[in-house]
Amino acid sequence: MTDAAPLALYIHWPFCVAKCPYCDFNSHVRESIDQPAWRDALLRDLAYEADMLPGRMLGSIFFGGGTPSLMPPETIEALIDAAAGHWSFAPDIEITMEANPNSAEAARFAQAAQAGVNRLSLGLQALDDAALRFLGRAHDVREGLAALEAAQGCVDRVSLDLIYALPGQSAADWEAELTRALAFGTDHLSLYQLTIEPGTRFETDVRKGDFVPADPDHAAELFELTQAMTSAAGRPAYEVSNHAEPGQESRHNLAYWRYGDYAGVGPGAHGRRGGVATIRHRKPENWMSALARNAHGLSEERALEPAEQAGEALMMGLRLAEGVDLRALAARIGTPQAALVDTDAVAQLERHGLLRRDGDRLATTPAGMLLLDRILTEIVAC
Amino acid sequence: MTDLAHIRNFSIIAHIDHGKSTLADRLIQRTGGLSDREMTSQVLDNMDIEKERGITIKAQTVRLDYKARNGETYELNLMDTPGHVDFAYEVSRSLAACEGALLVVDAAQGVEAQTLANVYQSIEHDHEIVPVINKIDLPAAEPEKVRAEIEDVIGIDASEAVLASAKSGIGIDDILEAIVTKIPAPKGDRNAPLKAMLVDSWYDPYLGVVILVRVIDGVLKKGQQIRFMIGGTEHLIDRVGCMRPKIETLQELGPGEIGFITAQIKEITQTRVGDTITSVRGGASEPLPGFKEVQPVVFCGLFPVDAADFEKLRESISKLRLNDASFSFEMESSAALGFGFRCGFLGLLHLEIIQERLTREYDLDLITTAPSVVYRIQLRKSKTEDAKEIMLHNPADYPDPSRIEQIDEPWIKAVIYTPDEYLGSILKLCQDRRGIQTDLTYVGGRAQVTYELPLNEVVFDFYDRLKSISRGYASFDYEQTGLREGDLVKMSLLVNNEPVDALSMIVHRSVAEERGRHMCERLKDLIPRHLFKIPIQAAIGGKVIARETIAAMRKDVTAKCYGGDITRKKKLLEKQKKGKARMREYGSVQIPQEAFIAALRMGDES
Ligand SMILES: Nc1nc2c(ncn2[C@@H]2O[C@H](COP(=O)(O)OP(=O)(O)OP(=O)(O)O)[C@@H](O)[C@H]2O)c(=O)[nH]1
Ligand code: SF4
Ligand SMILES: [Mg+2]
Repeated sequence: MTDAAPLALYIHWPFCVAKCPYCDFNSHVRESIDQPAWRDALLRDLAYEADMLPGRMLGSIFFGGGTPSLMPPETIEALIDAAAGHWSFAPDIEITMEANPNSAEAARFAQAAQAGVNRLSLGLQALDDAALRFLGRAHDVREGLAALEAAQGCVDRVSLDLIYALPGQSAADWEAELTRALAFGTDHLSLYQLTIEPGTRFETDVRKGDFVPADPDHAAELFELTQAMTSAAGRPAYEVSNHAEPGQESRHNLAYWRYGDYAGVGPGAHGRRGGVATIRHRKPENWMSALARNAHGLSEERALEPAEQAGEALMMGLRLAEGVDLRALAARIGTPQAALVDTDAVAQLERHGLLRRDGDRLATTPAGMLLLDRILTEIVAC
Repeated sequence: MTDLAHIRNFSIIAHIDHGKSTLADRLIQRTGGLSDREMTSQVLDNMDIEKERGITIKAQTVRLDYKARNGETYELNLMDTPGHVDFAYEVSRSLAACEGALLVVDAAQGVEAQTLANVYQSIEHDHEIVPVINKIDLPAAEPEKVRAEIEDVIGIDASEAVLASAKSGIGIDDILEAIVTKIPAPKGDRNAPLKAMLVDSWYDPYLGVVILVRVIDGVLKKGQQIRFMIGGTEHLIDRVGCMRPKIETLQELGPGEIGFITAQIKEITQTRVGDTITSVRGGASEPLPGFKEVQPVVFCGLFPVDAADFEKLRESISKLRLNDASFSFEMESSAALGFGFRCGFLGLLHLEIIQERLTREYDLDLITTAPSVVYRIQLRKSKTEDAKEIMLHNPADYPDPSRIEQIDEPWIKAVIYTPDEYLGSILKLCQDRRGIQTDLTYVGGRAQVTYELPLNEVVFDFYDRLKSISRGYASFDYEQTGLREGDLVKMSLLVNNEPVDALSMIVHRSVAEERGRHMCERLKDLIPRHLFKIPIQAAIGGKVIARETIAAMRKDVTAKCYGGDITRKKKLLEKQKKGKARMREYGSVQIPQEAFIAALRMGDES
């Protein structure tokens, strides 16, 4: 990665009002939060990363969580201002905040926009009250749609999240829901299939037999339906679960998938600084006390071997419809192109119609995208 | 040493799971061998695999001091034995070292096949048998019915059988008293030339080779020069002791006593079980009768998943064999599997256990080929070779069928003992396995049926099936009866059009098609879906007799993967790649190790 490529900045706010049953993010529920102390700590963590990455241009900032829309707007503003002091901003810098679509949070959208946020990513999750209850969400459809409208009134770019392949969801159900969602006119949609993650309440529920996750073959059909519908609506998939009008892709997330550099600040945030992986303390209290001791919240900082970097870059890059430019990747991490992938396996998967090569680019076919994890175990050389 | 009158040597015998090891726990505890803190369940089952499966594999000896009601203290040498038929030889050598046996019978299950088999062995040794009806705490216990059964079926007096619960500690004192009063003291002469029976030997990482002995005449002492009368080698004793169950060093072992010696022996092969130990000076002239040799009956190939592990496998097998002389191995090579070993076992459980120990204790990933028996094949004369007879241990070596004049397979006589209600299904099972019924008798509500069966029909999963159709109530015992001609063919399995050596098997022509169909169905479930579809076929010669197809996988992708997920997802990817390395590839299909054995289990419909 040359220094010229813009840097991405991720800031993690680890608190939520309640824990959703499918969620395995680093989110915590706390009775009270010492807001000034948290603002101060985030600013210091940010200053530390800035010292490690001097002279870069910032292409995007992403406030993730947890529920960052519950952050006081002053904290958001202070962080954006501080970032502007540490680095130069790209003229079209993208500043995204994740938000839950309820009235309390929607009331703050305008202030966030005032502070500099120019893109909102809304966790709508479903357009059906029963489904929202199943997902343990605090909002209902009416409230969600009101929040969506508020968001669209505050910033130009709004993305919405939906979770599908829910237990018992038929293709017709999903088709109706997605048709409705596409009609809201957001230029970006994140459409995730429900997966049961270890350590979540859903995992326990499934073990107890409370519900049965969607059959993978059925889920595959829903996925294909999704691809067809979003393409027809001019918002094709540019990544496994992300769909956008061309040009409206999430610039911040593209930095991850294109394996660019990103600074990660706040509890549990990960970063990549030119081949060095950084991880911060996950638990809010541990992160706080680490900051008090060390002026940073790092728990781990490790230089990655070229082979590891190659594995990561492929794992991320093949999620994109555009795939990976193998020649450019090889040059960037300094390994021969032949060492990046198992070429026999790639050739075999090409024959099976799951991968395609286009000059130096390697990408999945539509059928292959659905099988990416398995494909990676076959082709990644690391 | 203890004078003869104050020694009692006894084995605990029973059918599997009737509570021998639990009873041993109580006896150890009651006599103070271990403190409550040191006590664990089935404390004598010290191998991990014994603990996990809750069964005894190796017989164990422990010495207890018991102060009897008459005020005198006795030395009790207890031998806990395994109940599973595969390990019957462990019982027989223990019995040879004792004067009596505690016959444990589960009060809910009653007399079962290994109860009979073991008690008959004990009777052959002229033992005093003390019946113990165990598990009387169970709601389903019917001690009086079982008492009658012991008398009717076995024909021994059970009027004074002790009613006990090893689990709750009921009847333990009565058992200890019965041992002292009923089991005779050993005989022997301290001044006669040394004669000690080599009961067992094993390799201990700290002590080297440890030998379990029963002294008949004379005395064993540290510093003594001894000779193995059959093996012929001489050694210097450097330690004499007993297990309590912790090791205790003793001055000597006198006549009638059971204990161990070490003698700086490096090679366990020098210590032949059943051999007689005597002193180099003034030794005995005639050895003791010795034990019957055990013969492996089930064979299979063991190959390392990673060919580079072959040497490690060789070392591990050799080491395992140090503690288990009952399995055999010789090198084998196969086109598909590379270098490995063809091993012989006493039964399927034995096979499974050795395989599991190699995997766990020695961290080896193994492929186990289909278990098979040994066939005798008469070959016709060919252009280059005379007619001859070969013994076929491995289906992969199956000769050109046009040269085969005759194939003979081993048969067994199987005795099955079952509650009435399951008899119908059991007869059907035996019939399906080409069995010939030779006898059927009833005792009480139980049937004893005798069948002649081809061993190759039994090695796969006969025992499992028997257990499952009788809900665990039927029991089974067998002996080999010799070879008989059979119409046998080699069936190959093809995965993605490539033959998989490890799955080929020799089957009777009449059941080949059904077996083939079944194997294909099983493999369809056992081989995970791949990125492409996989045909599975069973074939005899070039002729396909059954086929199935595994559909291609359609979805396997992480829904969410952002900057914070990379590290975790990469670990997952590495784990999956590792898992992949544990599988064998055939025509680019990865077959999980478990599939090889699991494919042979026939399931419920057969
Ligand atoms: N309820 C009850 N269970 C018992 C009693 N004795 C043993 N058991 C249980 O029976 C099972 C088998 O006990 P073991 O002592 O391992 O039996 P074993 O005869 O040594 O078995 P093998 O060595 O494998 O032949 C265990 O689960 C014991 O806890 C008893 O008196 N009452
Ligand atoms: S709001 Fe988001 S981060 Fe918080 S628990 Fe729910 S899914 Fe997880
Ligand atoms: Mg036992």
